[in-house]
Amino acid sequence: MNAEWLNALIGGGLIGVAVSLMLLFNGRVTGISGIINGSLKPQKGDFLWRILFILGLFVGGLFLKILRPESFTNTLETETYLTVIAGLLVGFGTIMGSGCTSGHGVCGISRFSIRSILATVVFISAGVLAVVLFRKWGVLP
Amino acid sequence: MKNALISFVVGLIFAIGLGISGMTQPQKVVGFLDLFGQWDPSLIFVMGGALAVHLVTYRLIRKQPHPLFDRQWHVPTKTEITPALMIGSIIFGIGWGLGGFCPGPGITSMASLELKPVIFVISMLVGMWIFRIVDQKMHFKK
Repeated sequence: MNAEWLNALIGGGLIGVAVSLMLLFNGRVTGISGIINGSLKPQKGDFLWRILFILGLFVGGLFLKILRPESFTNTLETETYLTVIAGLLVGFGTIMGSGCTSGHGVCGISRFSIRSILATVVFISAGVLAVVLFRKWGVLP
Repeated sequence: MKNALISFVVGLIFAIGLGISGMTQPQKVVGFLDLFGQWDPSLIFVMGGALAVHLVTYRLIRKQPHPLFDRQWHVPTKTEITPALMIGSIIFGIGWGLGGFCPGPGITSMASLELKPVIFVISMLVGMWIFRIVDQKMHFKK
């Protein structure tokens, strides 16, 4: 097993620990798109935990930036407008589909939720098809 | 208050996990999705590692009568397979393949102080907002 796979497994394990703590203490699933979306229309008593979670994601990033800057190696050379389109699609799609990689892919599958299992199969398949076509059309390098 | 502190710690650990695993490197994500090209399968182990932990802990935790800092569970209970679930997931998948970012890694990567993740996250927030406007008229999610 090479180092990349081992890192993926360790990182994945940490993600598993994180979502377990959220469930154990707060009784919530760690669905990141849902947590962000909920913070955009703040409800009383339902805002602080959301914004602090998002802050935690960012502060964790600062730790990585200092201690493990190679975590942010980005060699995907694409035009800025493509990043804009990608963001719009991810924002729109995750809210329409009620979840993303964390909520459906990790938390939902762990509950054996049929909705989440299906959603995960669909978004990974759509991603695979998208990359094949975008590469073919020269949109992605 | 204490549940918000837990959320912060969860976000922190989650971000470190994302960084170590390779999820904050868009070229790795696109490489993982490039199944019929130069496929980089390593990211399978991210989901594998997370599921290996949470498949077990989920069941242990749900044996408790309630969470430690709350009186009730807030776990989704919907079971209906809706067009919105499928279409939304397709749209998300296309965006994920195009940019190599999903929501969590987008936020965490803003700490790199590069411009791209910031542009991605702002666009993502706009996308969420557009969905809300459209949904008020169309009621995709009943």
